[in-house]
Amino acid sequence: MGVSALDALARTVAGARAVAIAGGGTQREIGGTPDPGATEVRVPAGIVRYEPADMTVTALAGTPVAMLDAALAEHGQECPLDPRSAEATVGGVLACGLSGSRRLRYGPLRDRVLEVRFITGDGRAVRGGGPTVKNVTGYDIPRLFVGSFGTLGVITRVTLRTQPRAECSQWSHTDATPADLRDRLFRPATLAWDGRRTFVRLEGYDEDVANEQAHAGLVATDAPPSWPGGEHRGRVSVAPPSLGALARRLDDLECTWLAEGGVGTVHVATDSEAALAAARGAAEAENGWLLREAGAPGLDPFGRPPPNLAILARIKDAFDPAGKLNPGRLPFLRRAA
Amino acid sequence: MCFPRSTEEVAFAVRTAASHGRPFVARGSGTGLAGGATPVDEPLVIVTTQMNRVLEVDVEARVAWVEPGVLNLDLSRAVADLGLYYAPDPSSQQACTIGGNVATNAGGPHCLAAGVTSSHVLAVDVVLGDGSVARLGGLEPDGAGFDLRGCFVGSEGTMGIATRIAVRLQPTPPCVRTLLLDFVSIDDAAATVSAIIAAGIVPSALEMMDARITRAVEDFVHAGYPRDAEAVLLAELDGLPAGVDAAIAAVDRIGREHGARTVRVARDAEERALLWKGRKSAFGAIARIKPDYYLHDVVVPRTKLVEVLRQVYEIADAQNLIVVNVFHAGDGNLHPILVFDAREPGIWTRVHAAGDAIVRACVAAGGVLSGEHGIGLEKREFMPLVFNVDDLDAQARLRDAFDPEGRANPQKILPRGSRCGEVMRVPEGAWV
Repeated sequence: MGVSALDALARTVAGARAVAIAGGGTQREIGGTPDPGATEVRVPAGIVRYEPADMTVTALAGTPVAMLDAALAEHGQECPLDPRSAEATVGGVLACGLSGSRRLRYGPLRDRVLEVRFITGDGRAVRGGGPTVKNVTGYDIPRLFVGSFGTLGVITRVTLRTQPRAECSQWSHTDATPADLRDRLFRPATLAWDGRRTFVRLEGYDEDVANEQAHAGLVATDAPPSWPGGEHRGRVSVAPPSLGALARRLDDLECTWLAEGGVGTVHVATDSEAALAAARGAAEAENGWLLREAGAPGLDPFGRPPPNLAILARIKDAFDPAGKLNPGRLPFLRRAA
Repeated sequence: MCFPRSTEEVAFAVRTAASHGRPFVARGSGTGLAGGATPVDEPLVIVTTQMNRVLEVDVEARVAWVEPGVLNLDLSRAVADLGLYYAPDPSSQQACTIGGNVATNAGGPHCLAAGVTSSHVLAVDVVLGDGSVARLGGLEPDGAGFDLRGCFVGSEGTMGIATRIAVRLQPTPPCVRTLLLDFVSIDDAAATVSAIIAAGIVPSALEMMDARITRAVEDFVHAGYPRDAEAVLLAELDGLPAGVDAAIAAVDRIGREHGARTVRVARDAEERALLWKGRKSAFGAIARIKPDYYLHDVVVPRTKLVEVLRQVYEIADAQNLIVVNVFHAGDGNLHPILVFDAREPGIWTRVHAAGDAIVRACVAAGGVLSGEHGIGLEKREFMPLVFNVDDLDAQARLRDAFDPEGRANPQKILPRGSRCGEVMRVPEGAWV
């Protein structure tokens, strides 16, 4: 992104009354629906710098995940991001905190973001973090932006840590639960559980993957589990040991769900808004919460207010004093103000 | 100074300091190298060493709740029988506390694949600057609201004091192999590191030691390090057996292609432990060269290792100083150690001049000021080398959002004048 384009974006943000940040448009309703009167801004796509030998890549925020993936694949590398739609942009995935389905093995997205550049609400271009794979120089602004839903700044470019693509990546399934499997498998990539079966994704060296499958009695399959579909969707976060109890509650509801064993994320979908509200109740009963991702217009995006609201509101004020960035998202901030 | 035993006592101490108009600074074992725990502005010093209990280990969740004064190595020892370990392993792990590790976002050799402290801290209970208690983060994968846990880790005590910490434990890998490669040229060793990473191999650790430190360590520990090597690499691969074997073969091949004289694979756990003892004793062994040392901590892109290392030696030569290098090569995290005798007149001027030049050379190569020790007081005034006024202002605002009164460990990390509009004038003779 050239200096002039960056300047123009900063001027737009500084001059607008309200700004709605758009990426691939694949998560329009997540975290709250943006104010329809806001000025829409977009950041262009493009790989700025890719150093395969350093395992780092810098991309403009508007880069589709598919484009990033293709660039990294040429050198046998990847960032394990897998949003529902590959049209989703790098900036959007970051802002929505979508860690991807292989988080169990490769860690959350927040551990992968090395540097972030953004435009603050008052139109200043700011850089946080740094380009190296290890860095404790100053405050950790990159992590702050993961899951910030565009309310702290318009992300313009990010530097991510890449990794080698595994030689072998294989799905299999079993009747065993994720809890049963965790001690039998070493660093599985995914333990996707629908309450009846666990779909296991193993990655690594061919021979190791085959041995692990045999050892744990897994049946190889080419078909990964499908994402729960429905008009109303949400993402639950609970401590992993609570997944069993949560599953029993969800099974009483008219919804489909898929849990990430060992992680604690549960993807819930339903055709009834009331059922999604009930799923939120189930999550909260297990000390978790449900983020409304799509549909369910009558449902608050987050449910009960998050803890430490005063600090959250002060951070919002520090980066966006006029409250103009993505108004409508993170509604609890507006209520706190 | 006080030695609280509970969150409530820490909160009481913080409120008491506030009622006397004093700031406060948390202190663990005092092993920090950047002056993050050094008292400035006459603070109340809150020492966490009495809060040293492992409160809870949840084997199913692979999570331990610990108090901040628990020693890093004691935590791994406490969970070893359960087949688990805590990955970050700073060289000071026998002495440093988990609370201090959280403050500095500490690293260690085994952070190359596993990540530094922030990747291993799930939640922290903290006493904030106003004496209130907050839980940041949680055991669920994603919280609602911004990642306050991520902000707090590495904030060097400037956002509050951690009193309970939930850390992620990892299962002990089924297969661990350690290799020692030795080289007749330091450039070859550095090029080997870059080539291993470029080949898509991420060892669990990849450490480098130069000739001087290798000899000093060998004389001290007798680990069987070659005394005539110009540099050695210590590499560790872990995981499942076939993958580890393949990685060992690849490291062996890449090493030999880059001039490694020998590649020794430790036969058993005992030999592995001995090789690691050598690496972890490096700082103690320095006393065999000169009585004093100044240890730096900088990071460069891994593709720049050869060129920056050369500059480090040239800089030390120009100041007529001895420099030794023992460092986390795999992630580009250099630890140039300037070795000297503090009784020599004028020595500190040369040591500081060399340190200054090393930091600048790393930044010029696309690097950063610190990889794991932090900024503290030591590197505060270097911050404008890597951040402009708007970057620093954003950081200052973030800090203030946690601690609007500025009571938590004042004067650390950010140079004076970081807040836009703040008057930038340092009194004559001030310690900056």
